[in-house]
Amino acid sequence: MTARSTLLKIALVATTIAALPALAQDVPAAVQARQGQFQIMALNIGVVGNMARGNVDYDAEAAQAAADNLVAISMLDQQFHWPEGTDNMAIDGTRAMPAIWENLPDVIAKWDAFGAAAQGLAEVAGTGLEPMRAAVGAVGGTCGACHDAYRQPM
Amino acid sequence: MRSSLIYLLVFCLAGFAGAVLLTRPGVVSDSALEGLVGDPVAGEQVFWAAGCASCHAAEGATGEDRLVLAGGQRFASDFGVFVAPNISTHPEAGIGNWDFADFVTALQEGTSPDGRHYYPAFPYTAYRLAERQDLADLWAFWQGLPASDAPSAAHEVGFPFSIRRAVGFWNFLYMDDAFAVTGELDAAEARGRYLVEALAHCAECHTPRDALGGLDRSAWMAGAPNPSGSGTIPALTPDRLTWSEGEIAAYLNDGFTPDFDSAGGHMVSVIRNMAMLPEADRMAIAAYLKALPPAGE
Ligand code: HEC
Ligand code: HEC
Ligand code: HEC
Repeated sequence: MTARSTLLKIALVATTIAALPALAQDVPAAVQARQGQFQIMALNIGVVGNMARGNVDYDAEAAQAAADNLVAISMLDQQFHWPEGTDNMAIDGTRAMPAIWENLPDVIAKWDAFGAAAQGLAEVAGTGLEPMRAAVGAVGGTCGACHDAYRQPM
Repeated sequence: MRSSLIYLLVFCLAGFAGAVLLTRPGVVSDSALEGLVGDPVAGEQVFWAAGCASCHAAEGATGEDRLVLAGGQRFASDFGVFVAPNISTHPEAGIGNWDFADFVTALQEGTSPDGRHYYPAFPYTAYRLAERQDLADLWAFWQGLPASDAPSAAHEVGFPFSIRRAVGFWNFLYMDDAFAVTGELDAAEARGRYLVEALAHCAECHTPRDALGGLDRSAWMAGAPNPSGSGTIPALTPDRLTWSEGEIAAYLNDGFTPDFDSAGGHMVSVIRNMAMLPEADRMAIAAYLKALPPAGE
């Protein structure tokens, strides 16, 4: 992926987030923004995930696009998405646990692990179903590792 | 007056004797296990299905680290904090000097080799329903696991819950010898019931508890408050969990919901276990969930 296309995609992601309907008026913009970011991640992992599960036929081009989007999101600077006081003990409308702010280095490491796995996916997503499937599993592992530690169940 | 005092005394003594009998820790004898030969390959499947690593390996462990059963994970409950002990093959720090009867007695009676009750934070109430052959296989697999010399930590449980004897009374109330779901089940549903109720102890999280911490079997898998913090653990009954059987089986394998959200909380570790099982077992679990009685409102 070229730097130009990365920038373009980040801009695209940013506009999509801004265009998301407000989930609840009183939820801070930062919380809505990060939730929107995760929704975009879910949407894109769904493209490759449905291929991995055999629900839809493998499509190299679509797989590559979805993987590139995940890489693009992993490059978004996260500092504005996680202001202090936006945990689930302080406000409604979020499942982000206070432990996030007590373990920031670990949270960042988990986010970086997602980025590395997304990069790994982008390297193979267009090369065939089997390598893509393995790489999707690795990305999924990084989502789960962070939700395990830092996201409250429903 | 005098006779009523004697009556009271006799009544108390009888009650005490009854209580001692009722709360006596159960033991499985060597002879009850005669002839069982364990297969370590089959035992690995039992190990993952039963989720021993989710509690006895390090929190968040992945890959080979899940085979190091050094203990140390903490489990918050209404009664205090329980800490998983070292159950590795180490002879002093772990359970390396146990025999098979000690192992089965712990897993199915909730009794330690020195005759004390374990706390039900250790899900022996589920393992009680496991086939002895499966436990023999598990025991054979466990022999090949690494030893850790990490010392076990004490539980942080206050009076009166610190009295292990009282667990005997709890066992009398809650230790069931029958599956929760009864009635006609086909082969897949029955396999799913065995996996869910006897091994994977899904109900320990997905079923609400009463005031004494026992599972409310009338609300089986109907969802429950999250014991370790805020939020709720979702219901798995077919009226609440409307995913297809294929979607449920896929979630238990790759951790993604039908919308490709990714599972969180303690479910992540459960999925790491379930992903080690054959696809047919995950489908059997899904079939069983669809056969659950609805939670209703
Ligand atoms: C570094 C930690 C981290 C990683 C990595 C991570 N998540 Fe999350 N995710 C969270 C947290 C924290 C929340 C809760 C946010 C909130 O409610 O404020 C969340 C929420 C979500 C949500 C719900 C958003 C909403 O609308 O409430 C989805 C969907 C989601 N994540 C999907 C994913 C997927 C898919 C991946 C991997 C591709 C992933 N997440 C990786 C931490 C993470
Ligand atoms: C140690 C506790 C625990 C055990 C044991 C457990 N679960 Fe869960 N389960 C959870 C939690 C917590 C969630 C919520 C996950 C999240 O926050 O994303 C969950 C979610 C689920 C979901 C998703 C439901 C939904 O509506 O999103 C399914 C399906 C599920 N579990 C099935 C099972 C099955 C089958 C078993 C047994 C093999 C099991 N669980 C054992 C804690 C547990
Ligand atoms: C839900 C968490 C959990 C799971 C799953 C679990 N255990 Fe445990 N286990 C515990 C706790 C907590 C204790 C401590 C009980 C006590 O001290 O009263 C324990 C105690 C034990 C003991 C007694 C150790 C000693 O030193 O006396 C053995 C043996 C054991 N577990 C084996 C297993 C095996 C084998 C499995 C899988 C088949 C397993 N456990 C699954 C939580 C768990």
